[in-house]
Amino acid sequence: MQAAAEKPARGWFVRLWRAFVEAALVPILAIITAVIGGGIIIWVVGGNPFAAYLGLLQGAFGSTRAWSETFVWATPYIFAGLAVALAFKGGLFNIGAEGQLAFGALAAAWVGYALPNLLGVQLPGYIHLPLAILAGMLVGALWGAIPGALKAYAGGHEVINTIMMNYIALNLTSFLLNGPMKDKNPLNVIARTPEIAESARLLPIFANLRIHWGFPLALLTAFLVWYLLWKTTLGFEIRTAGSNPDAAKYAGINFKRILVLTMALSGLLAGLAGAVEVTGLNYRQELGFSIGYGFDAIAIALLGKTHPLGVVLSAILFAGMRNGATRMQFLTQIPVDIISVIQALILLFVAADAIVRKIYRIKAREDRLVLTRGWGG
Amino acid sequence: MDWRRFSFIGIIIILLFGVVVLIGGEQISPLIIISSMLATTLSVATPLTLGALSGIFCERAGVVNIGIEGMMLAAAFFGWLASIYMNSIFEYSPAISLTIGVLAAILTGGLFALLHAWLSITFKVDQIIGGTVINILAIGVTGFLNRQLFFDKGSIFGGNVPHAPGLLPTLSKALTVLCSGAQGCGGLPSLIAGTIFDQKPVAISAILLVIVANYVLFNTRWGLRTRAVGEHPKAADTVGIDVRRVRYINVVIGGMLAGLAGAYFTIESVPSFEPLMTNGRGFIALAAMIFGNWTPFGAWAAALVFGASQALQINLQFFRESIPPAWAFLQQSYVVGLAPYILTMLILTGVIGKTTPPAADGQPYEK
Amino acid sequence: MAEKSLTLEMRGITKNFPGVLANDQVDFDLREGEIHALLGENGAGKSTLMNILYGLYQAEAGEIKIGTEALHLDSPRDAIRHGIGMVHQHFMLIPVFSVTENIMLGAETDHRAAPNDSPLVRLDRREVARRVQQLSQEYGLEVDPKAIVGDLPVGVQQRVEIVKALYRQARILILDEPTAVLTPQEADDLFRIVHKLTQRGVSVIFITHKLKEVLAIADRITVMRGGKVVGTTTPQETNENQLAAMMVGREVILKVEKSPAHPTSQVLEVDHLHVRDVRGLEAVRGISFNVRAGEILGIAGVQGNGQTELVEALTGLRRCESGTIKLQNHDLTGKTPRAFTETGLAHIPEDRQRHGLVLSYTIADNLVLCDYYKPPFGLRGVIQQQSLDSHARQLIQDFDIRTPSPYIATGKLSGGNQQKVIVARELSRPVQLVIANQPTRGLDVGSIEYIHKEIIAMRDRGVAVLLVSAELDEIMSLADRIAVIYHGQLVTTVNTTAVTREQLGLWMAGAQPETTA
Repeated sequence: MQAAAEKPARGWFVRLWRAFVEAALVPILAIITAVIGGGIIIWVVGGNPFAAYLGLLQGAFGSTRAWSETFVWATPYIFAGLAVALAFKGGLFNIGAEGQLAFGALAAAWVGYALPNLLGVQLPGYIHLPLAILAGMLVGALWGAIPGALKAYAGGHEVINTIMMNYIALNLTSFLLNGPMKDKNPLNVIARTPEIAESARLLPIFANLRIHWGFPLALLTAFLVWYLLWKTTLGFEIRTAGSNPDAAKYAGINFKRILVLTMALSGLLAGLAGAVEVTGLNYRQELGFSIGYGFDAIAIALLGKTHPLGVVLSAILFAGMRNGATRMQFLTQIPVDIISVIQALILLFVAADAIVRKIYRIKAREDRLVLTRGWGG
Repeated sequence: MDWRRFSFIGIIIILLFGVVVLIGGEQISPLIIISSMLATTLSVATPLTLGALSGIFCERAGVVNIGIEGMMLAAAFFGWLASIYMNSIFEYSPAISLTIGVLAAILTGGLFALLHAWLSITFKVDQIIGGTVINILAIGVTGFLNRQLFFDKGSIFGGNVPHAPGLLPTLSKALTVLCSGAQGCGGLPSLIAGTIFDQKPVAISAILLVIVANYVLFNTRWGLRTRAVGEHPKAADTVGIDVRRVRYINVVIGGMLAGLAGAYFTIESVPSFEPLMTNGRGFIALAAMIFGNWTPFGAWAAALVFGASQALQINLQFFRESIPPAWAFLQQSYVVGLAPYILTMLILTGVIGKTTPPAADGQPYEK
Repeated sequence: MAEKSLTLEMRGITKNFPGVLANDQVDFDLREGEIHALLGENGAGKSTLMNILYGLYQAEAGEIKIGTEALHLDSPRDAIRHGIGMVHQHFMLIPVFSVTENIMLGAETDHRAAPNDSPLVRLDRREVARRVQQLSQEYGLEVDPKAIVGDLPVGVQQRVEIVKALYRQARILILDEPTAVLTPQEADDLFRIVHKLTQRGVSVIFITHKLKEVLAIADRITVMRGGKVVGTTTPQETNENQLAAMMVGREVILKVEKSPAHPTSQVLEVDHLHVRDVRGLEAVRGISFNVRAGEILGIAGVQGNGQTELVEALTGLRRCESGTIKLQNHDLTGKTPRAFTETGLAHIPEDRQRHGLVLSYTIADNLVLCDYYKPPFGLRGVIQQQSLDSHARQLIQDFDIRTPSPYIATGKLSGGNQQKVIVARELSRPVQLVIANQPTRGLDVGSIEYIHKEIIAMRDRGVAVLLVSAELDEIMSLADRIAVIYHGQLVTTVNTTAVTREQLGLWMAGAQPETTA
């Protein structure tokens, strides 16, 4: 009797563990393969791969400060990775996280530095900070909803449109940061906004460390995204629309509305990434800070198999690499850009998991991500 | 390509040219402005034209290629690198070094395309993800090697970036001789003819390749088979066509065209490399391909629109002072710079009629 | 009568697909100028065997000989070279190409004295078109070489396929389910063409699952079941019941048991409905009819006469140009699919994998695909896992869905079980109208019988049923009344008891009913 009573409990745990291992096996092997590949490249250009990787590890996880910095890097990565992953679940490819993030940051910064002056009142933190973050989320959502609406109602493919929106965001940000939103301080020569008010800042968790409350907020958001996708009817609709648009229409789901909503939610998460960067870390928006986040977010979402838990883990890994790379370059003179190469290799092996399965002789599973559904012209 | 599309393209180009003529017409003769705009348009449309042709070869065979941007970037880097090394280490003359640079760029594009073909045809990876891998890989590899080779070790700033051994020369001389032989190009003053045809080899070859691609796709055995494979691969298979082989070769041809586009950036346009210098041209080229309904001439026409909008930005700089106050936004180069991107989105909405991609575009072939 | 010489011989052919032994030691032979029918259910292994003969699949074991020569067929190219041609069930034509281009594809320079292998050789469309014209006249296969294939009716497309094989000088012609898309009269035309071919020495392999056809046309019949050959016979030695038993492996009741209908109130009223298809052409051109509670109205017609668009309009999936649709006296014209479902519609869609299921979802999720947002499954926007679970277990039991667990991806089930998931979901809801479009296409006999029984049970419970099917037998055995659709219009509506197959066939081909009939 006792054995029978124990069995389900063990079964539950073992099942979950097995599911995790099954899901994580290929990504982990992809990482290992890519790290080996990166090592070979370092060796070819005349570096010592072991020294380089040791430096990378030290820089990423070698001290409390290193951990703190890694989590600081991971914060926007988690938000942006979730943004891309959510869109993937809805069958959409959001290459526009970069633009949504930049505009979210811009909006949060504006609320942070200009709103109190505009209203002529000193806002308390519990109003000002949420307002700034909310502004970032809304602007990001809007920036994401535009390509969503163009796809739903005008047939413009989101891949090209989100990329175009990135360039538009980049140009507009340059314009705004060099002109209307530029810090008017005579000493300033950089294209950046003034500092945001104290009341609009996310505080550091510990004194002396830069890790701020944005990181726990990112973890909470990951949980919320998971809950939304798998436990709510809206999530059911998003996933159905993403897996089989025809079946979604058949099931009575308003496909176009869900499409726009998914892109808006995706943009909202990316905008949140920007808002948290501004309110928690930089306290201002500066030109060019967000370049590269879009592609990193795609890589993170794919490495995390578009699952929120996977996104969190991949984001911390990517953050660790970016963070540790500076120390690696300092110690071994290997340029930090090797990280981009390793990340591209990781993505290559995750996308083409058949390669990894062939190398390590693992049996194939059937489900695969399908995005290419023509240009919808 | 129907007449509606071509007239839409005509109208946009006339509008874009008209703006510059209106602003600068008082200082310089409109004829000269127009010819200068035309020359710039033809030149800056080059990577878009070649990129669109690249897309056409891939997609007519059924493989979506959003990695054109990355292929261009990598080709720009390695072509430039080859020309430098040929010149400085092997001490070839600039002319030979540049030629080898162009060939290296084409080769690079072909190799990256081979990777894309391997991913999408052999491993049946989702082709949009495969293309993204190419893009990220190209950014990573070029960024890494650029810094590893040309920057002071250990420092993030500074360094001495070398220049290519010059740029490809214009072919205007040869062409003006030709033109004067043909009675001054139908009466156009030779000055203007000279300006318009003041083009360099990659730009000229892009135009020739449009004609060649059109012929190959619609009048040869290879073209018939390519289109069959992109429309209905199973049908092609049942008449004995090797679907994978046709797709592989077309993707590599596409990659080589993207590679030639890459050469435009560092060997024909400017003699140096900057990270991310392709600036979305690969994606705009895809939009041109879609708007041109997957036909070479249609895509070329669309590429010219984007070229004209860029030419507007470039040519307006000469007349910055004479921009009327009501049009002050035209003084902001960032704002004018939005034109190609907004135009791309506008064109993709299908307001000018819908286009039809090859039926099997993006679908891996399973027997 | 002397035996004709053996042209083709297949011995011990074996082919494995993951999880299925599709061909198990299959022997098959074909004599010169004969029509050899290959009979079997869906999934019996007929198509696999023929795809091996055509070089599309490679067998793991066995040999293929023509005359005394052993063949190695690595690709269709090899098969074509040995004079084998195949007309696939789904035509292998490129819709945007012209007839000439389709025929010359892969054989671009065969008309020349010295074929040229250069990939850049210029296409000689005019000369090929001339030869196509010649060939089509010779065999009585009328086709316009310049026409775009996508614009041609299916019957003509089939002729293009046959010309394509003849252009490649096929001596052995495989016809895979060639009558599936034809009216009975068109099928007769096809039989005449086939006889003409055999007179000229072409041997024909005729794949089908229709018993009547086999008895009408074949010289010999080979029956397959579960990847094996059950036996070979001739039309003289056998009959329908015997063939059916060989095909299914047990006695089959060819007639569906059902009592007379007792129709009551009107449930669905359709009035002057006009609908356009994907290409913007009018596919449904002024259709009016009604369906009453407790009856089955069958819509008979050759595929592509507007059935798909009609059903899509009646389920809210496609916009109506004009006309009205009333369900239970509610005007639902222009309403969303959800409005239809909530007014009492159950829809068994034509393409089950595309519309009816999310293949990557579990069975439990697919069973609530239309109800996920309603209590007890969705409460205040949150999915109730316990309700989903008990619902799934109940339906799996009630509808005999063969699965180890409700949490298996639906795509892993067999076609019959996938269809049962849809039927379970749709018929377990409180509905007043069932629209079933091709509900048994591609299924095994067991599943077909089961689904037929469920549909009749629904009728007997007082539900209105609209059945759309291209299988005339299915319509004749299930429907109480039959409406014939041709070119987007209803030719006529008749009681099933008052009509013959032949009469229906004529109407399906566009003949007008006589006013006095």
